[in-house]
Amino acid sequence: MDTLFQMFSLPLLLISFRYATPLILAALGGVFNERSGVINIALEGMMLFGAFAAVYGSGLTGNPWIGVLYALVGGLVFALILAVVCVTFKADQIVVATGINIFASGLTIYLMQVLFGVSGTSPRAPRLPPVRVLGMRYNPLTFVAIALVPVAWFVLFKTPWGLRIRSIGEHPSAADTLGINVNKYRFICVLISGALAGLAGAHLSIGEYSAFVRDMSQGRGFIALAAMIFGKWHPIGAFGAALLFGYAEAISIRVSFAYIPSELIRAIPYVLTIIVLAGFIGKAIPPKAIGKPYFKGED
Amino acid sequence: MSGENNYLLEMRGITKIFPGVKANDNVDLLVKKGEIHALVGENGAGKTTLMKVLYGLYDSDAGEIFYDGEKINMTDPQQAINLGIGMVHQHFKLIDTLTVTENIILGAEPRQGLAINYDRAREQVEEISKKYGLKVDPDAKIQDISVGMQQRVEIIKILYRGADLLIFDEPTAVLTPQEIDELFEIFNSLREQGKTLIFITHKLKEVKTISDRITVLRDGKSVDCVETSSVTEKDVAELMVGREVLFRVEKDKAKPGKEVLQVKNIHVRDNRGLKTVNGISLNVKEGEIYGIAGVEGNGQTELVEALTGLRPVEEGQVFYQGEDITNLSARKLKDRKIGHIPEDRLRRGLVTNFTLSENFILGFHHQSPYSRSIFMDYKEIEEHAKSLIGDFDVRTSSHNNLASKLSGGNQQKVIIAREFIQEPKLLIASQPTRGVDVGSIEFIHKQLINKRDEGTAILLVSAELNEILSLSDRIGVIYEGEIVDTFTAEEADEREIGRLMTGSGKEVKTGE
Repeated sequence: MDTLFQMFSLPLLLISFRYATPLILAALGGVFNERSGVINIALEGMMLFGAFAAVYGSGLTGNPWIGVLYALVGGLVFALILAVVCVTFKADQIVVATGINIFASGLTIYLMQVLFGVSGTSPRAPRLPPVRVLGMRYNPLTFVAIALVPVAWFVLFKTPWGLRIRSIGEHPSAADTLGINVNKYRFICVLISGALAGLAGAHLSIGEYSAFVRDMSQGRGFIALAAMIFGKWHPIGAFGAALLFGYAEAISIRVSFAYIPSELIRAIPYVLTIIVLAGFIGKAIPPKAIGKPYFKGED
Repeated sequence: MSGENNYLLEMRGITKIFPGVKANDNVDLLVKKGEIHALVGENGAGKTTLMKVLYGLYDSDAGEIFYDGEKINMTDPQQAINLGIGMVHQHFKLIDTLTVTENIILGAEPRQGLAINYDRAREQVEEISKKYGLKVDPDAKIQDISVGMQQRVEIIKILYRGADLLIFDEPTAVLTPQEIDELFEIFNSLREQGKTLIFITHKLKEVKTISDRITVLRDGKSVDCVETSSVTEKDVAELMVGREVLFRVEKDKAKPGKEVLQVKNIHVRDNRGLKTVNGISLNVKEGEIYGIAGVEGNGQTELVEALTGLRPVEEGQVFYQGEDITNLSARKLKDRKIGHIPEDRLRRGLVTNFTLSENFILGFHHQSPYSRSIFMDYKEIEEHAKSLIGDFDVRTSSHNNLASKLSGGNQQKVIIAREFIQEPKLLIASQPTRGVDVGSIEFIHKQLINKRDEGTAILLVSAELNEILSLSDRIGVIYEGEIVDTFTAEEADEREIGRLMTGSGKEVKTGE
C-alpha cells in the first residue's frame, strides 16, 4: 500500500521530468534524423561524448554554460562523422553508428586518462545552477528540453523545412524531382540530432552530476530511440514516451519494492517498445525510406 | 538557329552511356511550341533516359540542349523547373502520407512568416484545378485517392511551378479507358492554353489519337520524326521494331475440355486486413483462357496470391481437378503442376541477383534432375538453361548473366520459359506483358495461345484491357473484389467492360 502510494505520488511524477530530460532531448534529435530517412543508433555514443565534452569544457573554463556549448559541439562532431560517412558516402548507417558508439566509449575513457589521469570518474567540474519549481530542484536543461518540444513540432509540421524533411524520409526521389537537395537536408537533420544528443549528455554530467563517469549514458541513447518509436516519430509523442520512460526510471530508483527487483522496473521502456513494435498499441509505421542512402536518378 | 522553326526544345546529338550500354546514341529530339509530341519506342529504346537527361536527373556524355533558342546545361531538376520544364513520371513521385496540397507545394511553399500558408496553398491548387479542369480534393491524403486523381495531382504539381513544357512518361499505363479519355481531354485543354507536351508511350493507338508529331527511338537511336497525320499505326510500329509487326493475336476458336480450376465463393484479405476479394466464384477449363479484366487494386493481386498459395483463403474453397486445394502451400501447388507467372517479376518472379541458370529452376530446384540428394547438379541446370534460352528467344550473351542485367521483356521470357517447360495443367498468368516491348508482347501472346491449344487451362489477369480482349475465350470483370459480370469472347464489348471496371455497372447488377 505504501509502495503504491509512493509510485503515484506527486513528487515522483514531478521528479520524472529530470529523468526524462536526456530522453526528450535525444528522442527529439532522433525524430529529426529518422524523419529525414537516416537511422541514428549512435545517439548513445553522441550523448556519451557530449557528457564528456561538457565536463571538460566546464572544468576548463569554470563556466558550466561553456560546458553545455562544448557538449553541443561534441555531439555535432560525432554527428558529422555519421553524416559524412552515411549521407555523403552512403555507407551502411547501422554499421557506422555501431562503430561510433564503441568509439565514443573508448575515446572518452582514453581522453579521461590523457587529460585527467584517471580512468573511472573525472575530477569534479562546475555544474549548472539548479532551478526550483514547485518545490523540486531541476537543472535548466530540463526546461530547454521541454521548450524544444513545441519548437520541433512547429518546425516539422508547420514550416516548409519540416514538410521537406518529412517528404525526404518517405520518398527521396520525389523530393529530388522537385528540386529539394535530399542529402543536404539529411545532413542537417543528422547534425541537429547530434547537437541534441550532446545536450542530453551535458544534462547527465554537469546537470544532474558534476563529473564524468565512464559509460555514464548507460543505454539512454537507446531508450531515447525507443521513446521516439513509441511516440511514432512525432515530437509530442516522443515527449510523452520519454516522460513515461523517465517515470519508470524514477520508480526504479526512488521506490523500494519488497519483491520486484528494480532492474525489472527499468526494463519497462524496452518491454513497452517491443509491444509497440509488435503492433499491439496501434501500428508504428516508420518513414518509408529510412535507412536507405539516396542515389540520384533512382526511382 | 531556331527562330523560324519555332522550336521550344531542341535536343541534338544526345549520348548517354551506362557501363556496357549506350542508352542514348546521338539522339535528336525537336519539339515545337504548342504541340503534343509523342516519343515512342520499345522498352529499353532510351526514351526514359533521354527525358532524365532533359530533366537534369542524368548528365549526358555528349550533345546539346536548347530551350527557347538558348543553349542550356542541365545539371539538376531545380534548373529544369526554373526553365518551365515539368515531368509527370511513370511511377508517380507522390508522398502517400501527405495531402494533395502538401505534395503540390512541396519545395515551393507559400509562406507566412516562418510557417507554410496552407490557406493560400489550397487557393492556388483550386485555381489551377479549375483552370485546366483537373479535379482533385486538396485535403485528401495521396494514399486515399484513385490513381487517376494521383495523376491529376502530378499534373497540377508541375503547372503550379509554372511549367510550359510538360513531359508525360507513359501516363496511360495505369489508367482505365475512361480515365485515358479524360486524360486526353486534359491534354487538349493544356494545348489550347499554349502548353507544349511531350508524351512518352509505346501504345500506338494513343499516339494516333492525340499527338501532332512523333519521334521514334530504336536501340538508343532516333530513327525518325514524322507528322502524325502522315503515318499509320503500322508504319510507326515498324519504325519502332525495325520489322513488320503482327497486331492481331492469331488464334483459333478454343476447344474447352474438362474443368480444371473451380473457385467457389472465396474471400481474401489484403495486407492491411481489408477484405479485397469478396466471394469470387469462377471456373477455368482445359484449353481455354479465362481473362479477368479490371482496374488494378480491385482484388486481382489477392485473388492470384490466394490461388497460388501465397495468401490464405479466409472463406470458400478452391478445387483443382476435383481435389480441394484450398490453402495448400505454394510448393504443393507447384508439385501439382500449377504454373504461376507473378505480376511483379522483380519481386516474385525472379531472384535478380541470381544467374539465369538458377532462375530457370526456381521452384523446381528440389526436383530431379536439377538436384540429387543434397547436391545441386549444376551441369544439368546449365544445359537446361541453354536450351530454354534458345527455345524462348531470351536475348542474353550467357546463361551465367545475372537476371537483373536483362531487359524487362527478356526477364519475362525467363519466367514464362520456366513455368511452361514444366507443362502446367493450370497456368495463372498475372500481367504477363507488363512493361514489355511490342516484340516481346507478340512472342508472349503466341506462347500463351500455344499452351492453350495444348490443353492448358489459363487464368489470365491483366490491367491491359486490350490484352484481355485479344487473348481470352471468356472474360470476367472484377470490381471491388467481385466478378460483376462475365462475357464470352464474342459478346465482349470494350466500352461496356470499361464501364463495368469502373463500377458504373454495379447498381444495375444489384438492381436485378
